[in-house]
Amino acid sequence: MISDAPVLQRSSEPAESAAAPSRLSRYARPVLGLLLPLTLALGWELVVWLGWSNGRLVPPPSRIFTTITDLTHSGELVRHIAATLWRVGLGFAFGVIAGTLLGAISGYWSLARRLLDPTVQALRAIPSLAWVPLFILWLGIFETSKIALIAVGVFFPVYLGVMGAILSVDRKIVEVGRVFRLSGFGMIRRILLPAVLPAYVVSLRVGLGLGWMFVVAAELIGASEGLGYLLLDGQQLGKPAQILAAIVTFAILGKLTDWLIEIAAAPFLRWQDAFGQAKGA
Amino acid sequence: MLALDRVSKTYPNGVEALARFSAEIRVGEIIAIIGGSGCGKSTLLRAIAGLDRASSGTVTLDHEAISSPHAKIGIIFQEPRLLPWLSVADNIGFGLADLPAISRREKVARALERVGLTEKAQAWPRELSGGQAQRVAIARALVPQPEVLLLDEPFSALDAFTRRDLQDHLLDLWADTRPTLILVTHDVDEAVVLADRVLVMRPRPGRLFDQIEINLGRPRDRNSPLFENFKRSVLTSLDRSLDRNVPDRDATQGPGHAMWW
Ligand SMILES: Nc1ncnc2c1ncn2[C@@H]1O[C@H](COP(=O)(O)OP(=O)(O)O)[C@@H](O)[C@H]1O
Ligand SMILES: [Mg+2]
Repeated sequence: MISDAPVLQRSSEPAESAAAPSRLSRYARPVLGLLLPLTLALGWELVVWLGWSNGRLVPPPSRIFTTITDLTHSGELVRHIAATLWRVGLGFAFGVIAGTLLGAISGYWSLARRLLDPTVQALRAIPSLAWVPLFILWLGIFETSKIALIAVGVFFPVYLGVMGAILSVDRKIVEVGRVFRLSGFGMIRRILLPAVLPAYVVSLRVGLGLGWMFVVAAELIGASEGLGYLLLDGQQLGKPAQILAAIVTFAILGKLTDWLIEIAAAPFLRWQDAFGQAKGA
Repeated sequence: MLALDRVSKTYPNGVEALARFSAEIRVGEIIAIIGGSGCGKSTLLRAIAGLDRASSGTVTLDHEAISSPHAKIGIIFQEPRLLPWLSVADNIGFGLADLPAISRREKVARALERVGLTEKAQAWPRELSGGQAQRVAIARALVPQPEVLLLDEPFSALDAFTRRDLQDHLLDLWADTRPTLILVTHDVDEAVVLADRVLVMRPRPGRLFDQIEINLGRPRDRNSPLFENFKRSVLTSLDRSLDRNVPDRDATQGPGHAMWW
């Protein structure tokens, strides 16, 4: 699950041949990546337009686009997006708060780690969706159980990221703090926080990715609004264009929120190799 | 004055890294500590820095016992240990957080100029060469004007040319405020170029074996015969320190030993 972590730690790209082709590849690479999906989309559009297929099960891009604009005009889309964003936002916030606090405690105090970490690791071994029936029993089928499920999904990567980052802070750098006689608070503010930040941002992005994954699950289980509901509704009414419209919206929102984290963190991570340069692939 | 009185350190795993090390070091003196690997040089330096406590014995600076890092004692490690998230200028000013921003900036600017890195002020540490990074580390340690500066093999990771350059540079900086320098090295040349006095240690347990005064004016000519002589004495002593048959404190240097080399 955590395998699709955004790769931020990559230490500068393998030197891209020489000066001349680097200019080409900078622009050519994203274009090359777009070539296949664009060709397929246009091809399919053409196939349907020529009447070789009615495109009922796989609607052409234009029909998906029309669906999206229709949903937008009727105000439906905004309502569903708002519902989903609200759930992801709250679940993410709770997951991040809990993950950060417990992760920091486990990373900082080895006694707490010995007490806490085995339990957390054991809970992590449970596929999070297995909690669904229990959450519904405990918290009802409305918002609370959905938000709880999302928060659980977000919690683990954040907890692990924070704890791991604190544990792997370079002791030699901590010693520099000691030489300059930093107090406990000064040590946290001037050494630990900046040292932990890059890994923390990665864990936030992984957590957010899981949050989006779990909101779909939560909304598929039972909701009267939200993008997941749009998916289910499209399936039940046989409207593949609506399903695809919801999927496209998920993709855009997921990318957008991930990008927000990246943008917010960028000023603090300028010192890192991977930022500013080598941001291609 | 820095006084080391029977400083001993036994690590929890039972290794006796340092045994009854005593020395008195005058203000402004430059001491080189030399000895085989594992003979307790770093252990000694860390005890003086207050980073690790000695198991027994005392370190006192002007009659004040040192048991934790002290404002008047700075240390430079083998690696620059710059904070990668701070610019070069902010790294140099790291120990000046208590100062108002204006005087901090002034001091940092002066230090940058002194180590010849003014145009790198806003660079990130990863953009520096090894020698430049170590110069920043030196500036960072010197800028709070410590009375004692400890250096643990500060130049050993650098190439020979850069090393010489930094040795000269260190002496130059030292002349500004003349702090006491205690430099751990395994480079005999470096010890003789820099030190007023070379302390030779021997291992298992780490202890003082010999002292050699380097009575040479500065700047020192690395190619003079006198320089060669001192180097030979240090080498001889070092060699004898590794010979188990030579008892402790039998270190009368005569020309006879030099014949070995
Ligand atoms: N933290 C430690 N725990 C246990 N043994 C140590 C530790 N640090 C150093 N030693 C041991 O103490 C001895 C002296 O080490 P050190 O002071 O680093 O030597 P040097 O700097 O002269 O090479 C060595 O035998 C080393 O293995
Ligand atoms: Mg050492």
